Amino acid sequence: MTDTVAQPSVADAKAAPDTMAWDSGLRRLMMIYLPLGCFVLILLFPFYWMAITSFKPNAELMNYKEHNPFWITSPTLAHIKHLLFNTAYPHWLWTTMLVAIGSTTLSLIASTLAAYAIERLRFRGSPYVGLGIYLAYLVPPSILFIPLATVVVQFGLFDSPMALILVYPTFLVPFCTWLLIGYFKSIPYELEECALVDGATRLQILRRITLPLAVPGLISAGIFSFTLSWNEFIYALAFIQSGANKTVPVAILTELVTGDVYQWGALMAGSLLGSLPVAIFYSLFVDYYVSSLTGAVKE
Amino acid sequence: MSVTTLSSPIMAHRQPNWLVRLFDYKPFLIVMCLAPALGLLGVFLTYPLGLGIWLAFTDTTIGRKGIFVGFENFQYLLTDPLWWNAVFYSVVYTGIATFGKFALGFWLALLLNNHFPFKSLLRAIILLPWIVPTVLSALAFWWIYDPQFSIISYLLVDVLHWRTSNVDFLGSPWPARFSLIAANIWRGIPFVAISLLAGLQTISPSLYEAAMLDGASAWQRFRYITFPMMMPILAIVMTFSIIFTFTDFQLVYAITRGGPGNSTHLLATLAFQRGIAGGELGEGAAIAVSMIPFLVFATLFSYFGLARRKWQQGESND
Repeated sequence: MTDTVAQPSVADAKAAPDTMAWDSGLRRLMMIYLPLGCFVLILLFPFYWMAITSFKPNAELMNYKEHNPFWITSPTLAHIKHLLFNTAYPHWLWTTMLVAIGSTTLSLIASTLAAYAIERLRFRGSPYVGLGIYLAYLVPPSILFIPLATVVVQFGLFDSPMALILVYPTFLVPFCTWLLIGYFKSIPYELEECALVDGATRLQILRRITLPLAVPGLISAGIFSFTLSWNEFIYALAFIQSGANKTVPVAILTELVTGDVYQWGALMAGSLLGSLPVAIFYSLFVDYYVSSLTGAVKE
Repeated sequence: MSVTTLSSPIMAHRQPNWLVRLFDYKPFLIVMCLAPALGLLGVFLTYPLGLGIWLAFTDTTIGRKGIFVGFENFQYLLTDPLWWNAVFYSVVYTGIATFGKFALGFWLALLLNNHFPFKSLLRAIILLPWIVPTVLSALAFWWIYDPQFSIISYLLVDVLHWRTSNVDFLGSPWPARFSLIAANIWRGIPFVAISLLAGLQTISPSLYEAAMLDGASAWQRFRYITFPMMMPILAIVMTFSIIFTFTDFQLVYAITRGGPGNSTHLLATLAFQRGIAGGELGEGAAIAVSMIPFLVFATLFSYFGLARRKWQQGESND
């Protein structure tokens, strides 16, 4: 995929020097490639360090004099094995997956219906409802987690993943609704009018016309919600107490960080494994991801 | 295509029962469509927001319903050096990190706006720090900032010989503060860069061509075309960035937990420490509520400060 994209830009780059006088080779190298290289190096280094640490035996990990820390001489799977068989890591992964999928589904349903009502059913005050939902996005979780903890306790959901599935939509729904309003706007209204004339009910229109055409928007909203709920931390930290029900980010920090000597190998292996699902998910849908990120900002 | 599949015979032959007609009644449909979203937001966002403000005026603790105590919590906070410390660090953290993110992110966006091979691959890679769970990358930073086995110390001491002793990243207040800010900037750059890149791509190349014909230098083109055209998007991205940096929790909680000696507490981590870990829900809520004025001020400042200039220039400039 990248090759096909790269071809035209190479051609463009060759055409560019004619139009831009300052674009000479060395200058271009110093002004563009060198800083870009530094950016990429710095942005990716922590991941490299995370990956290499999780495969290093403890002897190499703590001895920089005899082993070059930037490389592994005898890679080991011991940390990952320890994680998978001596801790509840698989269970944490499963809980996180469950919470992410549950809250994503819930938010997608709620925000699709809301976006359809706001953008297509057009009632008096619909722009204000849209604005209200948008403003909800500006309320940060750090302000809400204390009162929410008492609400969760009132509902008898404390220490249950169900609490997270219900609470995560508070930051997912505003985002998804806003994104989907944008997508619905791009679908020609005439299509719906035709169906109305043909006698379709509004729910049929939503199901058979609007939703199939908004699939790219739904995918964007879905992967965005999935990553956001996978990454969520403060609610999961405040509402879940027992070790087995924790999500991966919370569990690694509270269950694996023990005592004075940190098991860096296991910690980094846990971080790596916890990051992989979102990273893989992300790499499959990069284009949707970038378009939803930038689309939401542009709206 | 979908229209043709919905041909009229299917519709006409179905006898609409009362349920179908009810769901086709517009006011009812509107209510039904908005109910899930507004219900969720009402119960888990608006209600807790109000409850949080109420809790801030009570002396509630975990397991005991509190009574109304007026401004007592806030009066106590004003005399609490730890709260002032957290306010101070929250402002410093937000200020420096936002400046760093936007300076570097804008630079990266400008770099990415050039033509070069593998551009989309590069753009995908650059977003990685932003999509990976913050706590997990924060753990990587914690390991990078390790007092004994820090890779940065190794580079500076053993490879470059610039220093003779290891850097003490997290052991004393100011280095710890700046280490956290650096980690926050690292995480924030991709979001800023990719958002601003989207803005840069909407600027018409003809503006630059016209400016170059008039003999504008690269700096002048940036100052008088790129920067003003980017103002609206900068305002929005900056508003978001300030709000979520000021209320940041994960990074500090994962790396220092407010230490050493409470020097790196942000308001959010202090609220967690008092409210959830310490059980003083009322006081924790008061700390959380005390963030609101700062947030409103920062939002108004960044939004109107930046967006107004766009209004003043008006449409005629475009």
